[in-house]
Amino acid sequence: MLSKGLKRKREEEEEEEEKETLAVDAWWLDPSHSAVAQAPPAVASSSLFDLSVLKLHHSLRQSEPDLRHLVLVVNTLRRIQASMAPAAALPPVPTPPTAPSVADNLLTSSDAALSASMASLLEDLSHIEGLSQAPQPLVDEGPLGRPAGGASPSLGALDLLGPATGCLLDDGLEGLFEDIDTSMYDSELWTPVSESHKSSPEDGPGKEVGPDLDEAELDYLMDVLVGTQALERPPGPGR
Amino acid sequence: MGEDADTRKINHSFLRDHSYVTEADIISTVEFNHTGELLATGDKGGRVVIFQREPESKNAPHSQGEYDVYSTFQSHEPEFDYLKSLEIEEKINKIKWLPQQNAAHSLLSTNDKTIKLWKITERDKRPEGYNLKDEEGKLKDLSTVTSLQVPVLKPMDLMVEVSPRRVFANGHTYHINSISVNSDCETYMSADDLRINLWHLAITDRSFNIVDIKPANMEDLTEVITASEFHPHHCNLFVYSSSKGSLRLCDMRAAALCDKHSKLFEEPEDPSNRSFFSEIISSVSDVKFSHSGRYMLTRDYLTVKVWDLNMEARPIETYQVHDYLRSKLCSLYENDCIFDKFECAWNGSDSVIMTGAYNNFFRMFDRNTKRDVTLEASRESSKPRAVLKPRRVCVGGKRRRDDISVDSLDFTKKILHTAWHPAENIIAIAATNNLYIFQDKVNSDMH
Repeated sequence: MLSKGLKRKREEEEEEEEKETLAVDAWWLDPSHSAVAQAPPAVASSSLFDLSVLKLHHSLRQSEPDLRHLVLVVNTLRRIQASMAPAAALPPVPTPPTAPSVADNLLTSSDAALSASMASLLEDLSHIEGLSQAPQPLVDEGPLGRPAGGASPSLGALDLLGPATGCLLDDGLEGLFEDIDTSMYDSELWTPVSESHKSSPEDGPGKEVGPDLDEAELDYLMDVLVGTQALERPPGPGR
Repeated sequence: MGEDADTRKINHSFLRDHSYVTEADIISTVEFNHTGELLATGDKGGRVVIFQREPESKNAPHSQGEYDVYSTFQSHEPEFDYLKSLEIEEKINKIKWLPQQNAAHSLLSTNDKTIKLWKITERDKRPEGYNLKDEEGKLKDLSTVTSLQVPVLKPMDLMVEVSPRRVFANGHTYHINSISVNSDCETYMSADDLRINLWHLAITDRSFNIVDIKPANMEDLTEVITASEFHPHHCNLFVYSSSKGSLRLCDMRAAALCDKHSKLFEEPEDPSNRSFFSEIISSVSDVKFSHSGRYMLTRDYLTVKVWDLNMEARPIETYQVHDYLRSKLCSLYENDCIFDKFECAWNGSDSVIMTGAYNNFFRMFDRNTKRDVTLEASRESSKPRAVLKPRRVCVGGKRRRDDISVDSLDFTKKILHTAWHPAENIIAIAATNNLYIFQDKVNSDMH
């Protein structure tokens, strides 16, 4: 577990046999005030941060994740990140660079569009091959649950984002949803712009690519993607 | 919270009539019908079990209005979405009864994607004495027919027949979390994470989208719909709650697409209680109009709140369900318990509200006396016909004999689904795969 800490002392006489109890290990949480945000030690925030990233990963790995859970975790991550930003010494931020592509799968699902009042007939058709990708290999996280950004070879082009800066939080979590654009599922299927977000040039054996795209187009798209990332990457100090 | 003696007086005394163990499947929804005669439960296996209250009989005074199984049927089956390579769970998320309009009963049941209308009919008579058919239904040899007889209806063993009358499919991309029948008895709505659709009960091939909060760019998604309900009397009004803790009252007369709310109910964040988890614990997991239609009841992670429809700025009443968890939010976040969705319920007169908690505890709050009680739904702690003993959770400090300490609460035993009889003091509590029905045996003139 990421957030291991010292166990709070218990009243001995009140201890009964434990069933599924809480891990009362929030040593950084002074029981007298629950407003963690008021005085968050950098280390505490970082542990929560790691935990949240882990949860986000886990959520994204589901075939059909709970949207509410996902949104709440992301919003919490944003809060933590906001509180960590001014902190001087940040621990190395874990990089889940694959998050964006996995997020595609669930945040862009298909609309049946049977409702009479819905305007578009071709709204939000999911890419079948996009869905089959769900890069499970990426989930090979280290024992501490930190996404080993560099260790997963199937990341392919996403590695170009750079292990340290490809962190989804560099752009204030925008990177997470950056690739998610429902317009890619409009009537113009197989448009090059959309494809770039779905498949990496180094497709694994199990992955299917849209038959209409060729390598050149994919390379171009990856360049665009990397170029965009480079522009947006803040010239910050070591992260 | 009052002293022990006082808490026993609150909400009278509850006797445990009946504990019905469903077949190892986790109950996912509980709902009384409009008269309280029938109680429906849905479970994770897609099954619906309907209980019927036995009429009180002088011959058997002990079985005053006990609930017995009336019908069981498979509502939803697991499905596979081939387009997305996803399995669709058969778990019943919600059941809502239609007001009874003839001898048959009807209910809507829904899983994540598909809503079904079921008709429940009784057959207790059978025609006998056909002229052309014999008892087994085979055609008679005409030469043996010498006289005419009039077929008569003879009583037979009661048979309850359930048939699916409508299937409302393909209306939702995201997971359906609520359904609500309109007071006009012709339409109903279904809500998923991002959209709400309006259906006509007789039309299955189309629905109208009345709320859509899906952002143009999914990267801007920060809020989802968590629950919704029609107003009990005004067929044009409905409310929906969000993961950010806000409620939006919408008027369907204002526009076809009710993205603009008529009223927004939101309580400002308490700065002294701010934490990283403020938003998660403010996420509303259930919203229920009062029977009067004047108030709304909402449940978030730590509290239940009563809102007056005429006041948007803040709730008029807030009740702490388990405030002792406030200092444990980090651990609850870690084990995902902080995402549990508890339901809430009004009693028939809107004077008492009820909601579930952990350790198989459930809580009741009397709005008039401001007293509250914690009760436990478990076979170990209550025998049939016994009075439920109020429980207490101690946070440290002085501890009484039967108190439970916060650290020994069992967080796997959560009471998420509860229901209150529309008129009487009868409650149904779903504790994982067990259904408890508690009745108040105290005569009304005693309190």
